[in-house]
Amino acid sequence: MNKLNTFLAAMIAVYAFSPISANAGDIMVMEPWARASSKMAKSAAAFLVIHNNGKQADTLIAAESDMSKRTEVHESYMEKDIMMMRHVDTVVIPAGGMATLKPGGYHVMFMGLKKPLDMGTTFPLTLVFEKAGKVTVNVKVQKAGAMGAMGSKGSMDHSKMKHAH
Amino acid sequence: MKRPILYVLFAVAILLSALVAKNYFDSPNKIASGPTIGGSFTLVDHNAKAVTDADFKGRNMLIFFGYTYCPDVCPTAMQTISDALDILGDRPDIVPVFVSVDTKRDTPEVLKSYLENFHPSIVGMTGTPEQVVAAAKAYGVYYAIVEGSSGDPDDYLMNHSSITYLMGPDGAFITHFSHGTPPDQMAEKLDRMAK
Repeated sequence: MNKLNTFLAAMIAVYAFSPISANAGDIMVMEPWARASSKMAKSAAAFLVIHNNGKQADTLIAAESDMSKRTEVHESYMEKDIMMMRHVDTVVIPAGGMATLKPGGYHVMFMGLKKPLDMGTTFPLTLVFEKAGKVTVNVKVQKAGAMGAMGSKGSMDHSKMKHAH
Repeated sequence: MKRPILYVLFAVAILLSALVAKNYFDSPNKIASGPTIGGSFTLVDHNAKAVTDADFKGRNMLIFFGYTYCPDVCPTAMQTISDALDILGDRPDIVPVFVSVDTKRDTPEVLKSYLENFHPSIVGMTGTPEQVVAAAKAYGVYYAIVEGSSGDPDDYLMNHSSITYLMGPDGAFITHFSHGTPPDQMAEKLDRMAK
Protein backbone atom coordinates (compact mmCIF):
# COMPACT_ATOMS: atom_id res chain seq x y z
CA MET A 1 0.00 0.00 0.00
CA ASN A 2 1.38 3.38 -0.84
CA LYS A 3 1.33 6.26 1.59
CA LEU A 4 -1.82 7.83 0.19
CA ASN A 5 -3.77 4.59 0.52
CA THR A 6 -2.53 4.12 4.05
CA PHE A 7 -3.61 7.64 4.84
CA LEU A 8 -7.03 7.14 3.27
CA ALA A 9 -7.52 3.86 5.08
CA ALA A 10 -6.56 5.56 8.33
CA MET A 11 -9.00 8.40 7.66
CA ILE A 12 -11.79 5.98 6.88
CA ALA A 13 -11.00 4.08 10.06
CA VAL A 14 -11.07 7.32 12.04
CA TYR A 15 -14.44 8.33 10.65
CA ALA A 16 -15.91 4.86 10.83
CA PHE A 17 -14.92 4.06 14.38
CA SER A 18 -14.47 7.42 16.02
CA PRO A 19 -16.75 7.91 18.99
CA ILE A 20 -16.86 11.63 18.28
CA SER A 21 -18.53 11.52 14.91
CA ALA A 22 -21.18 9.63 13.05
CA ASN A 23 -22.42 9.90 9.51
CA ALA A 24 -25.16 8.84 7.16
CA GLY A 25 -24.66 9.60 3.49
CA ASP A 26 -23.57 13.19 3.19
CA ILE A 27 -24.39 14.14 6.74
CA MET A 28 -21.71 13.95 9.40
CA VAL A 29 -22.33 14.79 13.05
CA MET A 30 -19.25 15.88 14.98
CA GLU A 31 -18.36 16.36 18.63
CA PRO A 32 -21.69 15.76 20.31
CA TRP A 33 -21.54 16.84 23.94
CA ALA A 34 -23.91 17.65 26.74
CA ARG A 35 -23.76 19.48 30.02
CA ALA A 36 -23.81 17.43 33.18
CA SER A 37 -27.02 17.84 35.12
CA SER A 38 -27.59 17.99 38.84
CA LYS A 39 -29.14 15.02 40.57
CA MET A 40 -32.55 16.66 40.68
CA ALA A 41 -32.50 18.16 37.19
CA LYS A 42 -35.44 17.55 34.89
CA SER A 43 -33.79 19.01 31.81
CA ALA A 44 -30.50 18.90 29.95
CA ALA A 45 -29.05 20.09 26.66
CA ALA A 46 -26.73 18.64 24.05
CA PHE A 47 -24.70 20.46 21.45
CA LEU A 48 -22.99 19.30 18.25
CA VAL A 49 -21.89 20.24 14.77
CA ILE A 50 -23.56 18.89 11.64
CA HIS A 51 -21.63 18.86 8.37
CA ASN A 52 -23.34 18.38 5.04
CA ASN A 53 -20.88 17.19 2.40
CA GLY A 54 -23.61 16.74 -0.19
CA LYS A 55 -24.72 18.87 -3.11
CA GLN A 56 -28.19 19.33 -1.66
CA ALA A 57 -29.31 20.97 1.54
CA ASP A 58 -30.64 18.65 4.23
CA THR A 59 -32.84 19.39 7.21
CA LEU A 60 -32.74 18.23 10.81
CA ILE A 61 -36.36 17.42 11.55
CA ALA A 62 -36.28 15.60 14.90
CA ALA A 63 -34.13 14.32 17.74
CA GLU A 64 -34.80 11.10 19.63
CA SER A 65 -33.44 9.78 22.90
CA ASP A 66 -34.33 7.51 25.79
CA MET A 67 -32.91 9.98 28.26
CA SER A 68 -36.01 12.10 28.57
CA LYS A 69 -39.75 12.15 28.08
CA ARG A 70 -39.32 14.53 25.18
CA THR A 71 -36.30 15.35 23.06
CA GLU A 72 -36.59 18.45 20.90
CA VAL A 73 -34.46 20.96 19.06
CA HIS A 74 -34.61 24.37 20.68
CA GLU A 75 -33.12 27.75 20.03
CA SER A 76 -32.01 30.37 22.54
CA TYR A 77 -32.04 33.90 21.23
CA MET A 78 -31.64 37.32 22.74
CA GLU A 79 -34.14 40.14 22.54
CA LYS A 80 -33.10 43.32 24.33
CA ASP A 81 -31.11 41.46 27.00
CA ILE A 82 -33.93 39.00 27.55
CA MET A 83 -32.99 35.43 26.78
CA MET A 84 -35.82 33.72 24.95
CA MET A 85 -36.19 30.06 24.11
CA ARG A 86 -38.31 28.39 21.50
CA HIS A 87 -38.87 24.99 19.99
CA VAL A 88 -37.76 24.84 16.36
CA ASP A 89 -39.23 22.38 13.89
CA THR A 90 -36.28 22.30 11.52
CA VAL A 91 -32.65 23.26 11.20
CA VAL A 92 -31.38 23.49 7.62
CA ILE A 93 -27.86 22.30 6.85
CA PRO A 94 -26.87 23.95 3.57
CA ALA A 95 -25.21 21.96 0.79
CA GLY A 96 -21.49 21.81 1.49
CA GLY A 97 -22.12 23.68 4.71
CA MET A 98 -22.72 23.08 8.37
CA ALA A 99 -25.03 23.86 11.25
CA THR A 100 -23.70 24.35 14.73
CA LEU A 101 -25.69 23.63 17.86
CA LYS A 102 -23.89 25.51 20.64
CA PRO A 103 -24.62 27.45 23.84
CA GLY A 104 -26.49 30.65 23.04
CA GLY A 105 -28.00 29.20 19.86
CA TYR A 106 -29.49 25.86 18.92
CA HIS A 107 -29.43 22.88 21.27
CA VAL A 108 -31.02 19.51 21.63
CA MET A 109 -33.29 19.86 24.64
CA PHE A 110 -34.08 16.93 26.90
CA MET A 111 -37.34 17.68 28.70
CA GLY A 112 -38.42 15.49 31.56
CA LEU A 113 -34.97 13.97 32.11
CA LYS A 114 -35.27 10.41 33.40
CA LYS A 115 -31.90 10.25 35.15
CA PRO A 116 -29.06 12.70 35.71
CA LEU A 117 -26.34 13.13 33.10
CA ASP A 118 -23.08 12.42 34.92
CA MET A 119 -19.85 14.00 33.75
CA GLY A 120 -17.63 11.63 31.77
CA THR A 121 -20.45 9.32 30.71
CA THR A 122 -21.91 8.98 27.23
CA PHE A 123 -25.40 8.30 25.92
CA PRO A 124 -26.88 7.73 22.47
CA LEU A 125 -28.81 10.44 20.67
CA THR A 126 -30.49 9.98 17.31
CA LEU A 127 -30.89 12.87 14.92
CA VAL A 128 -33.42 12.53 12.13
CA PHE A 129 -32.71 14.22 8.82
CA GLU A 130 -35.14 14.71 5.99
CA LYS A 131 -32.80 13.18 3.39
CA ALA A 132 -30.07 11.35 5.27
CA GLY A 133 -32.46 9.65 7.66
CA LYS A 134 -31.36 8.73 11.15
CA VAL A 135 -27.89 9.35 12.52
CA THR A 136 -27.09 8.07 16.01
CA VAL A 137 -24.23 9.61 17.94
CA ASN A 138 -22.74 9.02 21.38
CA VAL A 139 -23.00 12.20 23.36
CA LYS A 140 -20.20 12.83 25.83
CA VAL A 141 -21.22 14.50 29.08
CA GLN A 142 -19.00 17.44 30.04
CA LYS A 143 -19.18 19.52 33.20
CA ALA A 144 -22.33 21.50 33.96
CA GLY A 145 -21.10 24.86 32.69
CA ALA A 146 -18.95 23.60 29.81
CA MET A 147 -18.91 25.78 26.71
CA GLY A 148 -17.57 23.22 24.24
CA ALA A 149 -16.89 19.58 23.53
CA MET A 150 -13.67 19.65 25.51
CA GLY A 151 -15.01 21.72 28.38
CA SER A 152 -14.23 25.38 28.87
CA LYS A 153 -10.53 25.93 28.90
CA GLY A 154 -8.80 26.59 32.14
CA SER A 155 -11.81 26.53 34.38
CA MET A 156 -12.09 24.45 37.49
CA ASP A 157 -14.39 21.54 38.03
CA HIS A 158 -16.49 22.74 40.90
CA SER A 159 -18.42 19.53 41.16
CA LYS A 160 -15.32 17.95 42.67
CA MET A 161 -14.72 20.76 45.12
CA LYS A 162 -15.71 20.60 48.71
CA HIS A 163 -18.87 22.53 49.34
CA ALA A 164 -19.68 24.72 52.26
CA HIS A 165 -23.42 24.70 51.72
CA MET B 1 -13.45 67.78 -6.15
CA LYS B 2 -16.55 67.82 -3.99
CA ARG B 3 -16.74 64.07 -3.59
CA PRO B 4 -13.69 63.44 -1.38
CA ILE B 5 -15.01 66.05 1.03
CA LEU B 6 -18.38 64.33 1.09
CA TYR B 7 -16.71 61.02 1.83
CA VAL B 8 -14.77 62.57 4.69
CA LEU B 9 -17.92 64.16 6.09
CA PHE B 10 -19.74 60.89 5.77
CA ALA B 11 -16.95 59.03 7.57
CA VAL B 12 -16.92 61.62 10.35
CA ALA B 13 -20.71 61.31 10.70
CA ILE B 14 -20.44 57.52 11.01
CA LEU B 15 -17.67 57.81 13.59
CA LEU B 16 -19.67 60.30 15.62
CA SER B 17 -22.79 58.17 15.59
CA ALA B 18 -20.72 55.12 16.53
CA LEU B 19 -19.33 57.05 19.51
CA VAL B 20 -22.78 58.16 20.58
CA ALA B 21 -24.06 54.60 20.23
CA LYS B 22 -21.10 53.25 22.19
CA ASN B 23 -21.75 55.69 25.03
CA TYR B 24 -25.38 54.74 24.99
CA PHE B 25 -24.71 51.02 25.11
CA ASP B 26 -21.92 51.32 27.68
CA SER B 27 -24.13 53.30 29.97
CA PRO B 28 -25.48 51.23 32.84
CA ASN B 29 -28.55 53.42 32.78
CA LYS B 30 -29.95 51.79 29.68
CA ILE B 31 -31.24 48.86 31.73
CA ALA B 32 -33.56 51.10 33.64
CA SER B 33 -33.50 54.77 34.30
CA GLY B 34 -31.21 56.00 37.03
CA PRO B 35 -30.82 54.43 40.43
CA THR B 36 -33.91 52.24 40.29
CA ILE B 37 -32.06 48.91 40.14
CA GLY B 38 -31.92 47.10 43.42
CA GLY B 39 -33.85 47.37 46.61
CA SER B 40 -35.19 45.29 49.39
CA PHE B 41 -36.13 41.66 48.97
CA THR B 42 -37.23 38.79 51.17
CA LEU B 43 -36.45 35.35 49.79
CA VAL B 44 -35.40 31.87 50.86
CA ASP B 45 -31.87 30.60 50.23
CA HIS B 46 -30.79 27.15 49.03
CA ASN B 47 -30.57 25.97 52.62
CA ALA B 48 -34.24 26.96 53.08
CA LYS B 49 -33.26 29.85 55.32
CA ALA B 50 -35.05 33.20 55.02
CA VAL B 51 -32.81 35.91 53.58
CA THR B 52 -33.24 39.60 52.92
CA ASP B 53 -31.14 42.24 51.22
CA ALA B 54 -29.94 43.31 54.69
CA ASP B 55 -28.02 40.01 54.98
CA PHE B 56 -25.79 41.17 52.12
CA LYS B 57 -25.04 44.66 53.36
CA GLY B 58 -21.33 45.23 53.65
CA ARG B 59 -20.58 42.91 50.76
CA ASN B 60 -20.79 43.29 46.99
CA MET B 61 -23.58 41.21 45.53
CA LEU B 62 -23.31 39.77 42.03
CA ILE B 63 -26.90 38.92 41.19
CA PHE B 64 -28.42 36.93 38.33
CA PHE B 65 -32.03 35.86 37.80
CA GLY B 66 -32.64 32.52 36.10
CA TYR B 67 -34.09 29.05 36.62
CA THR B 68 -32.54 25.62 36.95
CA TYR B 69 -34.54 23.99 34.13
CA CYS B 70 -32.79 26.45 31.78
CA PRO B 71 -30.27 24.32 29.87
CA ASP B 72 -28.28 26.95 28.07
CA VAL B 73 -28.07 30.51 29.34
CA CYS B 74 -28.16 29.91 33.10
CA PRO B 75 -25.37 27.28 33.27
CA THR B 76 -23.31 29.58 31.04
CA ALA B 77 -23.94 32.52 33.38
CA MET B 78 -23.16 30.44 36.49
CA GLN B 79 -19.97 29.09 34.89
CA THR B 80 -18.89 32.60 33.90
CA ILE B 81 -19.37 33.81 37.47
CA SER B 82 -17.60 30.69 38.83
CA ASP B 83 -14.63 31.19 36.49
CA ALA B 84 -14.43 34.92 37.26
CA LEU B 85 -14.35 34.15 40.99
CA ASP B 86 -11.67 31.51 40.44
CA ILE B 87 -9.58 34.12 38.63
CA LEU B 88 -10.03 36.60 41.49
CA GLY B 89 -9.18 34.07 44.19
CA ASP B 90 -10.45 34.41 47.73
CA ARG B 91 -12.93 37.30 47.70
CA PRO B 92 -15.36 37.07 50.59
CA ASP B 93 -16.38 40.65 49.79
CA ILE B 94 -18.16 39.44 46.63
CA VAL B 95 -21.23 37.23 47.02
CA PRO B 96 -22.71 35.74 43.86
CA VAL B 97 -26.46 35.20 43.99
CA PHE B 98 -28.69 33.12 41.71
CA VAL B 99 -32.35 34.09 42.12
CA SER B 100 -34.77 31.62 40.60
CA VAL B 101 -37.76 33.06 38.77
CA ASP B 102 -39.27 29.57 38.69
CA THR B 103 -40.97 29.34 42.06
CA LYS B 104 -42.96 26.27 41.11
CA ARG B 105 -40.05 23.94 40.33
CA ASP B 106 -37.07 25.53 42.06
CA THR B 107 -37.33 24.55 45.69
CA PRO B 108 -34.33 25.23 47.96
CA GLU B 109 -33.41 21.56 47.57
CA VAL B 110 -33.41 21.74 43.76
CA LEU B 111 -31.35 24.94 43.89
CA LYS B 112 -28.82 23.40 46.25
CA SER B 113 -28.38 20.39 44.01
CA TYR B 114 -28.05 22.61 40.92
CA LEU B 115 -25.45 24.88 42.50
CA GLU B 116 -23.21 21.99 43.51
CA ASN B 117 -21.84 22.10 39.98
CA PHE B 118 -20.68 25.68 40.33
CA HIS B 119 -18.60 27.93 42.58
CA PRO B 120 -19.24 27.08 46.24
CA SER B 121 -19.81 30.72 47.16
CA ILE B 122 -22.93 31.08 44.98
CA VAL B 123 -26.09 31.57 47.03
CA GLY B 124 -29.29 30.25 45.48
CA MET B 125 -32.55 31.99 46.24
CA THR B 126 -36.19 31.29 45.62
CA GLY B 127 -39.40 32.18 47.38
CA THR B 128 -43.12 32.52 47.06
CA PRO B 129 -44.37 33.86 43.72
CA GLU B 130 -45.08 37.19 45.41
CA GLN B 131 -41.58 37.38 46.92
CA VAL B 132 -39.92 36.65 43.59
CA VAL B 133 -42.16 39.09 41.72
CA ALA B 134 -41.14 41.79 44.20
CA ALA B 135 -37.42 40.98 43.92
CA ALA B 136 -37.54 40.87 40.12
CA LYS B 137 -39.41 44.16 40.04
CA ALA B 138 -36.78 45.79 42.25
CA TYR B 139 -34.08 44.73 39.81
CA GLY B 140 -36.03 45.53 36.64
CA VAL B 141 -35.93 41.86 35.70
CA TYR B 142 -38.40 40.45 33.20
CA TYR B 143 -39.50 36.81 33.20
CA ALA B 144 -42.38 34.81 31.83
CA ILE B 145 -43.35 31.21 31.24
CA VAL B 146 -43.34 30.33 27.54
CA GLU B 147 -46.93 29.27 27.03
CA GLY B 148 -47.38 26.03 25.18
CA SER B 149 -43.68 25.18 25.38
CA SER B 150 -44.68 21.59 26.14
CA GLY B 151 -47.78 19.58 26.80
CA ASP B 152 -46.53 18.69 30.25
CA PRO B 153 -47.24 21.09 33.13
CA ASP B 154 -43.83 20.25 34.65
CA ASP B 155 -41.80 20.82 31.50
CA TYR B 156 -42.16 24.45 30.59
CA LEU B 157 -39.60 26.95 29.36
CA MET B 158 -39.12 30.50 30.56
CA ASN B 159 -37.90 33.70 29.00
CA HIS B 160 -35.92 35.89 31.34
CA SER B 161 -33.50 38.79 31.59
CA SER B 162 -29.94 37.64 31.13
CA ILE B 163 -28.04 40.43 32.84
CA THR B 164 -25.85 40.03 35.91
CA TYR B 165 -25.82 43.03 38.25
CA LEU B 166 -23.09 44.12 40.62
CA MET B 167 -24.50 45.80 43.70
CA GLY B 168 -22.28 47.58 46.22
CA PRO B 169 -21.92 46.98 49.98
CA ASP B 170 -24.56 49.69 50.51
CA GLY B 171 -26.97 47.86 48.21
CA ALA B 172 -26.59 50.43 45.43
CA PHE B 173 -26.17 49.47 41.80
CA ILE B 174 -22.54 49.60 40.58
CA THR B 175 -22.52 48.05 37.11
CA HIS B 176 -23.92 45.21 35.03
CA PHE B 177 -22.57 42.41 32.84
CA SER B 178 -24.30 41.43 29.62
CA HIS B 179 -24.72 37.75 28.85
CA GLY B 180 -21.62 36.49 27.04
CA THR B 181 -19.12 38.61 28.98
CA PRO B 182 -15.97 36.44 29.14
CA PRO B 183 -14.90 35.40 32.69
CA ASP B 184 -11.59 37.26 32.51
CA GLN B 185 -13.36 40.51 31.62
CA MET B 186 -15.86 39.97 34.39
CA ALA B 187 -13.03 39.30 36.87
CA GLU B 188 -11.16 42.41 35.79
CA LYS B 189 -14.25 44.62 36.07
CA LEU B 190 -15.22 43.09 39.42
CA ASP B 191 -11.76 43.70 40.78
CA ARG B 192 -11.84 47.28 39.57
CA MET B 193 -15.40 48.21 40.50
CA ALA B 194 -16.33 46.18 43.57
CA LYS B 195 -16.22 48.39 46.66
